[in-house]
Amino acid sequence: MKRKTLFTIDAQPYRQPIPVYGYFFGSEEKTLAVMGAIRGDEFQQMYTAAKLVQELTRLEAEGKIIGDCGLLVIPCAGQFSMNVSRRFWPLDNTDINRMFPGYDKGETTQRLAWRIFEALKGYTYGIHLTSLYLSGDFIPHIRIMDTGWQENAEGLDFGLPYLITRKPRPYDTTTLNYNWQVWETRTFSLYTKATDFIDEKSAQEATDSILRFLTRHGFLKDVPLPEGEATQAVSEKNLVTIRNTCGGILLHCRPTSSQVQAGEIIANIVDPYTATVLEEIRAPQKGTIFFARHAQIIAAQTIVFRLIPG
Amino acid sequence: MIEEVVSAHLPVGETLRIQKNRIEGAEPKKRRLAIVTGTHGDELEGQYVAWQLARVLKKRQPLLRGTVDIYPALNPLGISTIYRGLPGFDLDMNRIFPGSSEETMYEYIAGGIIEDIAGADLCIDIHASNIFLREIPQVRINEQSAEMLLPLAKFLNMNFLWVHSAATVLESTLAYSLNSLGTPTLVVEMGVGMRITKSYGDQLITGILSVMSQLFMLEEPCPPVAPPIVSTDGNVAFVNANASGIFIPRVRHEERVEEGQLLGLIADPLSGGVREELHSPASGLIFTLREYPVVNEGSLIARILGGAL
Ligand SMILES: [Zn+2]
Repeated sequence: MKRKTLFTIDAQPYRQPIPVYGYFFGSEEKTLAVMGAIRGDEFQQMYTAAKLVQELTRLEAEGKIIGDCGLLVIPCAGQFSMNVSRRFWPLDNTDINRMFPGYDKGETTQRLAWRIFEALKGYTYGIHLTSLYLSGDFIPHIRIMDTGWQENAEGLDFGLPYLITRKPRPYDTTTLNYNWQVWETRTFSLYTKATDFIDEKSAQEATDSILRFLTRHGFLKDVPLPEGEATQAVSEKNLVTIRNTCGGILLHCRPTSSQVQAGEIIANIVDPYTATVLEEIRAPQKGTIFFARHAQIIAAQTIVFRLIPG
Repeated sequence: MIEEVVSAHLPVGETLRIQKNRIEGAEPKKRRLAIVTGTHGDELEGQYVAWQLARVLKKRQPLLRGTVDIYPALNPLGISTIYRGLPGFDLDMNRIFPGSSEETMYEYIAGGIIEDIAGADLCIDIHASNIFLREIPQVRINEQSAEMLLPLAKFLNMNFLWVHSAATVLESTLAYSLNSLGTPTLVVEMGVGMRITKSYGDQLITGILSVMSQLFMLEEPCPPVAPPIVSTDGNVAFVNANASGIFIPRVRHEERVEEGQLLGLIADPLSGGVREELHSPASGLIFTLREYPVVNEGSLIARILGGAL
C-alpha cells in the first residue's frame, strides 16, 4: 500500500489545510478506483472505503493481488464539511457531487471536483460509494446510469441483491457517476443501507462485494468471501413508487427488504396532535420493500417507499 | 385577487400554499403576463418588484388589458427560513422543473407551478444574485431560445443581456421548462441576496410596463427605455480568488476598469498580510462584484464585461 496526498483543501487562515489521501495497491495500472465520501454526512461511505483500505492492505501483504492490477481507494474528500457537521460545502452549500467533471479555474467546489476527477480519471472500473438525495434505507445495491456506454452485466459481479439501472435526468449529468462513464470508466454506484450512521453489517457486505468483484475479474486469488447473492437486475422505471397524500408522523410497519402482500399496510401516517391514523399506506401489489424513507415526520405528496414488484 | 396555485400538507398542522396575485384588466383572457420570483429563498430583490408592481398596476387598472399574475414566492419555506434552497431537500428548486407528480412534494409543487404559468404570453422570472455577489440589472438568455426572447428582452430596461451557452443541467430550470413548452420566459438577475436595491426594482418595473405596452397590455405609450448591451459568453471575463481569506475591494460595482487594474486584495487578518492581489484580466465594466467578504480558494470575485462600451 502506498498512501499519496492527492491534494489539500486549503481555507486558511482560519481552517488548517486538510489532506485528501489516495491509497494505492498493486501495480501502476489503472484498474479500479473506489471513491468514498464526498459529502459531509457520508460516514457509512467513508467507513466502508476505510474497511476496504484495511482489507486490501492485508491482501496485498499476503500476495493475493495478482496480475497487472492497480487499485486506488479515496476514503474521503468531504472532510471540510464533515468536521463542521454539514452535508455540503459550508460556505455556499454547494454539492461537490453536482460539480463534475469540475473546472480547475472555477468556483471552489468546481475546483475540488476537478481535483478528485483528475485522480479518478482513466481507470477501467470505477465505484462510487454514494448516498441518495432523499434520506432513507435501501436494500444494498449497485446502480448503473444508463448512458448507452455502460456494461450492465458487470454489475452482477458484485453479488449484491439488486442491480438498478437508471435513465439519467438533467440533474444527474453533473454527478461523478455520469461523468466517469462519459470519460470511459465502467462506473458503478454502490448504495449501502445507511448514510449518516455506521451500519457495520452493511459496510462489511459492501466491502465484500467489491472484493468479490475483483475476484470474479481475476485480480484477487484465494480470498475467502461469503457466496454473495444471485443479483436481480431491475430498471428503475419498473420500481413501484408508493406516495402519501397526508402529512404527519410517519410510522413504519415493515422494514426494508420485507416481502409484502398486495393491500398490506406497510406504514401509517398519524395525526401529530391526536395520534389517530390519517392515512394507511398500503402495498399496491406483492413485492419487496427496496427503499423506505427515513423520516419521523413527513409532508404530503412524497415518496414513502419504493417496491420491487414480484 | 389572491389565488392558490398549488398546495400540499406539511407534516404538522400547516399547508404549503403557493399563491399569486391576479390583476385583471379589460378582456382578461386575451393576454397574460406572469411575474415570478422567490425560487431561491435568499433572493429578495423580487419582493419589492412584486409589491410595487401590484400597486402601480392597480393605479393603471383602466388602462390594463389582459391579466397579470404576480407570483411573489415560489419557495415560501426558503424565504421564511433565510435559506436559498428547499428546506429538508438536497436539490435546488431551479433544478427540479418541470416537476412531477410521481416523486417528492417539492417536485409536485414545481409541477403545479409550471401548469399554472404555461400558456402565458410572457413570463418574467426575477432572481437576485446570491448573498456573495452583486449584479447589475441583466437578463440571462439560453442561446437555444435567444431568437425568440431577444426582441422582447430589449424592452425590459435592463443594462445587459447575457446570451449564455446551453448546459444540460440547466434543462431543469423554470425558464428552460417554460420556454420548451412555448411560454417565452425571461430570467432577470439583479442586485444581491438578502437585500433590496430599490433603484434596480424601479428600473425593472419601468421595463415591465414597457414590455406590457409592446404586448398591447397597457393602453399608454411605452415608457422610454435605454437599449441594453447584448453580449455572449465570449465577452465575459471571470476573476476567481486563488487564495482563501477576506476580500477587500479596491473598485466599486458598475465601475469601468482597465486591463491589469487592481480589483482588490485577499487579506489575511491573522498575520496582517496580503495573500493575493487580484487584477482585472480585461478592460470593461464590472457587472458582478463580490459582496460577501469571506472567500475560499476559487470563490468568484468579479465578472468583467469587455469590449467597446
Ligand atoms: Zn436565483
